[in-house]
Amino acid sequence: MNEPVSDPHETLPETHNAAQPLRTHPLSFAVKAVQGLQNAIFPMVAAYFAMREFPWAIFAALGIGVVVALLTAGLSYFSWRRFTYLVGDTDIRVESGILSRAARSVPYERIQDVSLEQALIPRILGLVQVRFETGAGGKDELALSYLAEAEGERLREVVKARKDGVVASAADDEVDAVVESPAEILFAMNGKRLLTFGLFEFSLAVFAVLAGLFQYVETFASIELTDPDFWAGWIAGPGSWLANLGPVAQILGVISGLVTLVIVGSITGIVRTFLRDWGFRLERTEKGFRRRRGLLTKTDVVMPVHRVQALKMGTGFLRRRFGWHGLKVVSLAQDSGAASHDVAPFAQVGELRPIAKAAGFSLDPSEGTDWHRGSRKFRTDSAIIEFAVFLVIAIGLATGLTISNAASPAFALIALAAGGLFALRQMFLWRFDFNALGAQYFFVKRGWLAPKLDVASRVKLQSVEIIQGPIAKRRGYATLKLGLAGGTLEVEGLPLERARALRSAILGSIAGTDFSELTP
Amino acid sequence: MDENEENLTPLHPNHVKVTRIVAFLTALPFVIGSIVLEAVQILPFGVFVVPVFLVAAFLVIRIPLRRYHARGYDMGDDRLRVVKGILFNSDTVVPFGRVQHIDVNQGPLQRAYGIATLTLHTAGSHNASVHLPGLANEDALAMRETIRGHIKREMV
Repeated sequence: MNEPVSDPHETLPETHNAAQPLRTHPLSFAVKAVQGLQNAIFPMVAAYFAMREFPWAIFAALGIGVVVALLTAGLSYFSWRRFTYLVGDTDIRVESGILSRAARSVPYERIQDVSLEQALIPRILGLVQVRFETGAGGKDELALSYLAEAEGERLREVVKARKDGVVASAADDEVDAVVESPAEILFAMNGKRLLTFGLFEFSLAVFAVLAGLFQYVETFASIELTDPDFWAGWIAGPGSWLANLGPVAQILGVISGLVTLVIVGSITGIVRTFLRDWGFRLERTEKGFRRRRGLLTKTDVVMPVHRVQALKMGTGFLRRRFGWHGLKVVSLAQDSGAASHDVAPFAQVGELRPIAKAAGFSLDPSEGTDWHRGSRKFRTDSAIIEFAVFLVIAIGLATGLTISNAASPAFALIALAAGGLFALRQMFLWRFDFNALGAQYFFVKRGWLAPKLDVASRVKLQSVEIIQGPIAKRRGYATLKLGLAGGTLEVEGLPLERARALRSAILGSIAGTDFSELTP
Repeated sequence: MDENEENLTPLHPNHVKVTRIVAFLTALPFVIGSIVLEAVQILPFGVFVVPVFLVAAFLVIRIPLRRYHARGYDMGDDRLRVVKGILFNSDTVVPFGRVQHIDVNQGPLQRAYGIATLTLHTAGSHNASVHLPGLANEDALAMRETIRGHIKREMV
């Protein structure tokens, strides 16, 4: 770096002259050490079970826990010592590594957005994780964990300002002077909305977790939960009262079990929704969309509007009856692992239209744009293929049953009937797949009970491909695949002429603008 | 430019030779294996050698030629069209304005025959990189310069 950058932030230890690299917040090593304690739990439990014969097992387990904790803490401390970042004129540089050193430079122009994330422990300590999304995806993204909240905010402002070409060296006062103008709230969810949302997010995931735990217990406690003898023994012993109950009571038991299932599922859904989407706020700021949400882990993400590549509107078959839809935007940056950003997870269509408009998109094609269906030949062929798969299964089943004599080969008819049903379903679903090419956007609609709508901006597409398999070639239809930054967009079974017409039109739009004009 | 006309430029004829050599090298272990099995004489003559030889000959002689004829490209003013595939036909168009960076690659075999592979990288998740093999090396370099000229952004 040539020019020194003066750093107005005085609270960090070590360096006040920003020409020198900075460290993350000293407490961050403590956070990592605490998080590392989780690693100590499993060895402790394992050690305890392995040595439970001996009276000193508990001490051995504790000892192992302490050793692991000390190791983690030590490692965290050294990696904190060796991790430095430097906010330069043109890029952010990070050096890290205890034994091997890694240096990385991320130019400001390549940073798609800066997101702040606070998990529970860092939040208590007033720390924040700053992530720089470059489109590299997942683990390759640069993250600074953890910085003081104020430092995180400052860094975000610096990156935004530098990206916009505010000259670095002289402009530090200006950087601080960049104050977010009062933002317009595009979408927010209150408690009542969250509760409704949570009910629709009904989930039995908790049972999967329980099953996993059982497996874990089995491994360590040497109890075979799947072993019938274990249960037979249990019913004969402590569980004998269950077997002694009459059939009515047993049916009641099943019903109450189902009710419990529903209650647990709903509560899981509500809890998960509240944890994830508490205080959901989507704002339109000068720089783009800003989304804040989270109860224990708070996230704060800014997405520049011009980086929105496409919109995805989806729903569920039940929630659609009540008019609830969700809207996501596709951009190069990732949203904590997911490819597209939730901007309004649970809203009425009327609430989504202004958001789409603010993103520079539209949810409805303009007047005079026709919706097109796929090729009828594609409908027939896909139904035949679906049926053929089941036919093969039925033949295999019939042969198997005839040879083994286990049951009547007529059972194969069930597979055949299923094949017929699926083929009919395929024929039926074809009626609900549409595409439309508007003046600016390309719309793709799919699905019957829970329709999905994808809206892509014509100029923001990257490439166009027409694919034909052997059957498609003979029957004159094709699949159109569009290159979309950060997502996928394809339409199956288009008549070849329609696919070619779409390609010509879209290419005409694309070729008119250069990529750099899309991302100012 | 109209993408729907069949005015494709064929690849360099040496591309067939290279793909044949690659196919030959791939088939070689199987051919040797079949000869070894014959030599053991566990089954009557020809059970292994004949089918393996036929398939190998088909893969080495016929397939590369058919694939060569199925391939083609069209360099437009502002876009590159790449067509390929015998059974599964793919027809891709990449506008120059969407190219992120360009590679020209030559393997040892390709270098011996003076051909190269041109690869265009786009920002799209689908078709993130579009390969066009079997170009004469000079052509590939010239195409790279032309496409480069269309990319306004500086390449780092």
